Order: sequence, then C-alpha cells, then structure tokens
Amino acid sequence: MTMQFNDETFRGDYTYRNSPEAIRRFPFPFDQDSYMYSVNIEQHPGGPQGSPFEHMFDVDEHYVAEMRDREITLAEDPLRCQSLPHMELAGWDLLELIMVSKARDYPDLFSLTRDGNDWHWVNKPMGIDKRFTFLDAATLPYGPMEYITRQTQGDFALLHERDGNLWMDAGMVTSQADWSLDFDVGMNFFEWHAPVPKARQMGVFDKALKFLLAVGQGQHYRRLNWTMTVNPRLDTSPENYHKWGPEKRTITPENVGHKQFLRVELQTFFRLPRSNALAFPIRCYLASLDDLVTQPKWGRRLHRVLRDIDPDLADYKGFAVNREVIVNYLSQYDDGEPTSPGIFPED
Amino acid sequence: MPNTVFSPSIESRPTYAGLAPRPGAPAIMVADEAGAAAVTHLATVDATAMAKAHVVLVGAPAETSDALAALSPAAVQTVPDLDTATPIVEQLLSQARMGTQLFLAGSEGLMGHISAIALASGMALEDIQMEHRGSIARRMQCVHCKGITDGVTTDPFTCSHCGLTLFVRDHFSRRLGAFQGVCVDAETPGDIPATEEIRP
Repeated sequence: MTMQFNDETFRGDYTYRNSPEAIRRFPFPFDQDSYMYSVNIEQHPGGPQGSPFEHMFDVDEHYVAEMRDREITLAEDPLRCQSLPHMELAGWDLLELIMVSKARDYPDLFSLTRDGNDWHWVNKPMGIDKRFTFLDAATLPYGPMEYITRQTQGDFALLHERDGNLWMDAGMVTSQADWSLDFDVGMNFFEWHAPVPKARQMGVFDKALKFLLAVGQGQHYRRLNWTMTVNPRLDTSPENYHKWGPEKRTITPENVGHKQFLRVELQTFFRLPRSNALAFPIRCYLASLDDLVTQPKWGRRLHRVLRDIDPDLADYKGFAVNREVIVNYLSQYDDGEPTSPGIFPED
Repeated sequence: MPNTVFSPSIESRPTYAGLAPRPGAPAIMVADEAGAAAVTHLATVDATAMAKAHVVLVGAPAETSDALAALSPAAVQTVPDLDTATPIVEQLLSQARMGTQLFLAGSEGLMGHISAIALASGMALEDIQMEHRGSIARRMQCVHCKGITDGVTTDPFTCSHCGLTLFVRDHFSRRLGAFQGVCVDAETPGDIPATEEIRP
C-alpha cells in the first residue's frame, strides 16, 4: 500500500490536519491519569503494527510537508543546523543508520544500493536520486548530517561522549519546544537541561545520563516527552518567539478544540558505530484537542492530567496561561469512568 | 574585595572558583581594572606565578598597569578594550605550550568572551581559572537577532542591535561566552515589566 502524503502547512494558514488513521496511531504520552517527570525509557523499535514505534524512523502522512517546512526554516536561519568540526564522522554514522533503516522498513519509498563506498540513494516521496561516495563529504550538497536530516522527520542532536558526560556538539533543530541549538551547541548534558525546573533535584538527569552512557552498540531506546502548542507550528523556537508568542494568547473557549495542540516528542537513542557518538532524534507529533477526544480514553485522561498537573510544570511547558480554558473544554469529555492502563486507545 | 559570591542558580550559570596557584606553569593572564587585584593576590600567595606570565590588561589606568609591572611578569600589555585584546589573546593561545594556564579576572563579560576564545582554540576547561571581581554587568546574546550586548546591568534591557526588550536569563553558553536574552513581551507586545538592577 502506498502512503499518501498531505499537502499542508505548519505556519501562516496552518492547514496541518491528521487523518483518522493518524489520530489512532498518535503517540499519546500518558499511561496513567497523572503526570510527573520520569525517565520512562523503553526499547526501540518495538510496538504494535502501524504504531509510530514499529520502525526505527517512523514515516507518516506529514513527511513531505514537514520537510518543506524545515527547508523554509533553514533558509531563514541556517544556524538551526550546526556541527562542530569533530562531528562529521558522527554525521556519516547517522546518515548510514537512517538510509539503511528506511530502505529496509519502507522499501516502497526508499532504496539504498551499496557497492563498497559507492552508494546510490533513492527517496521517492521527495524525488531524490543520488549517487555519492560514503565518507566523502565533497560528493554531497551538504554535510552528511544536514543531508540526511533534510530528508528525515524530527529534530536531531548528535552527542559526543567525553569526560563521563555527553556534549551536544551537532544538531538539526527546526521543530523544537522552545530551545536554541545555536545557544546550546557545545554544552554538556546538565548544562543544556539546566532550564528544566525540578528535574535535577529529583535526580532525573543523573539517572538519565548514567543510562545513556551505558547504551552500547546496537542498542536502541526511546522515551516520550510532551508539551502544548497553540496552532500546529513546528518552529516554536526561541529565535522566533516574538513572532509566534502572540498566537499563544489567541485561545478562546470557542477555538480551543482546534487551535490547541498536544505536542509529543518521540525521543530515541542510538549509539553510533564509528564515532561512538549518541544520536538523539526528537520526533514531533501534533494532535489537536478535537483530534484527541475522538478517543474517549484519551479525552478522559488528558482532562485529568492537565487538571491536576504541578503549576510549575504547566508554566515550564508554556500553557499555564491557557490551562483553565483547556481543562474546562476537556471536562466535557470526562464522564468520570475509569481508564485502562497504557497509552493506546481502547478498541 | 574578594571573588564575588553569586546566588545559587541553574547548572549552566558559570561559577568562578578564584585564581589558585599552579607553581611553575607558564601563564596567560587577562584582567580588567578590578580583576588586577586578583592577579596581585595570586602573586602574593605564589612567588613563582609571574615569572612566566604574559599579562593582558584591559581598559585599566596606568597606575594599575604599573602596579602589575612591579610584580615582574614576563610581559604586561595594556589594551583599551576587549576587541583589541582578542587578536592578542588568540596569538598568545596559538603559541602557548602544553600546560599553559589561562587566568581570567574581572567582569563576567571579560571572562566569558576570553574563555570562549580559549575553548575554541582547543584549551581544556581545567586549564582556565577565573575569578570574578568588580561589576556584575553581563554579556548577553539576543536569542532573536544573535547580537551581543555587553555591560548589561538591568533586567529587562534593550538589545543594542534589534531593539527588542529582553529579559536576562541565567542560561549561559561557554561557546558564545554570553548569557541568553529573550523577548520579555513576546506574547503580549508592549506589556513590559518594571526595570530592575541585576543582583549577584
């Protein structure tokens, strides 16, 4: 079956839409009726057929439109993609991981033919047919990390390991939840997480770093993170905060259902073979409240989670100002019935 | 006046342990007028500190430079500002031998800017020692236009490049040698909180 790609926008007229199939496979992040930080790491890939956890790098109906949006963002601000000089090898590692995975998992869409270092890559949805020499950057139009991440949904950080820490020394970041790669590139794990409230005191980052340093070759993991975004905007960067910030104040009881989105990050971790760096893809999924309440379990649960959340977290995640309107809206979909464990909708 | 004690803050906010002796090590020292006192103090606790030290003094009067010259460093050079100091420090770093220590003393702007240059040139963080003296003014990067505004003493402040009103974060980039400034009225344009002096 050939995948259909949406013609849609993530800015301006915001024509982004989820099909009913996309809603049902949405990575709803709450496995219970309340939320607090946790490391919540699982093996990846691995999940029900058709879920976004099935393959290494999920490709969905938003693929082509997301890549177009990334191109716009990069044209306006090339510093969204940076790689410190020692990270090129890690970029090749990532390119290999993605090309091999996509060609294997989506043979209708991608193919990779390798003869030694002579590689032939075909990306049908984006109309790309490219022969190049692996490990020779002069044969690609961009550096290897930029080349492949212009063709892969989600943000990417490449983390260099030294001195018992992880350093964010390269990245492609155009769909971030309000953090700046340009500012954070070169920081260690604790430094780039410094603005997150409460988590350090809870020991979350110490545990997470220990876990990540122990990730070995061939081991892959994932976790889900979330925030709230007004309008289906991928580029909620600090760089453009003065442009999208005013939109946050446009929520009313009448429009909240279709303007307020739950933004979920599928974060995965891969140890890379040549560089020993860690690849850290951060894939963004957006669903409006109206999308989510089509699944009764999710409507009930999201209402309870947002109603009861720690005010500091609501503030950090940037929806404190709209929380009351959101919770009031969702309360119509909470009949008080119990919810089943786990993140998947009930059949 | 000793090394400034700053209020506890987030992990990316730099702290300055003060200048400690590394007897016998060659040294590059960069200080402003207030920071010169930290260099003088180092010389009193380690008599060998100055013999192999190249001192770059930024924007300090003649009497300060005379006082440091009296400590008999290998060289002492006075420059009017950080921009002038930059190529000099870059050259010193490019010629530095293994084990060279970088001693920085004075404002956060000076330490942030010079340490960023040193890290970019390949110097290890553990070979950079810093002591805060004098003004608590900050070197700020505007996250929107990327311009640097030096000597910021109020929160919020006006970006000297794009004119947006920015609030002063404690989030600090060693690579840029600057704190982050973010538009304070992004969600409600024109709604700007009262200006306050930055506190340590």
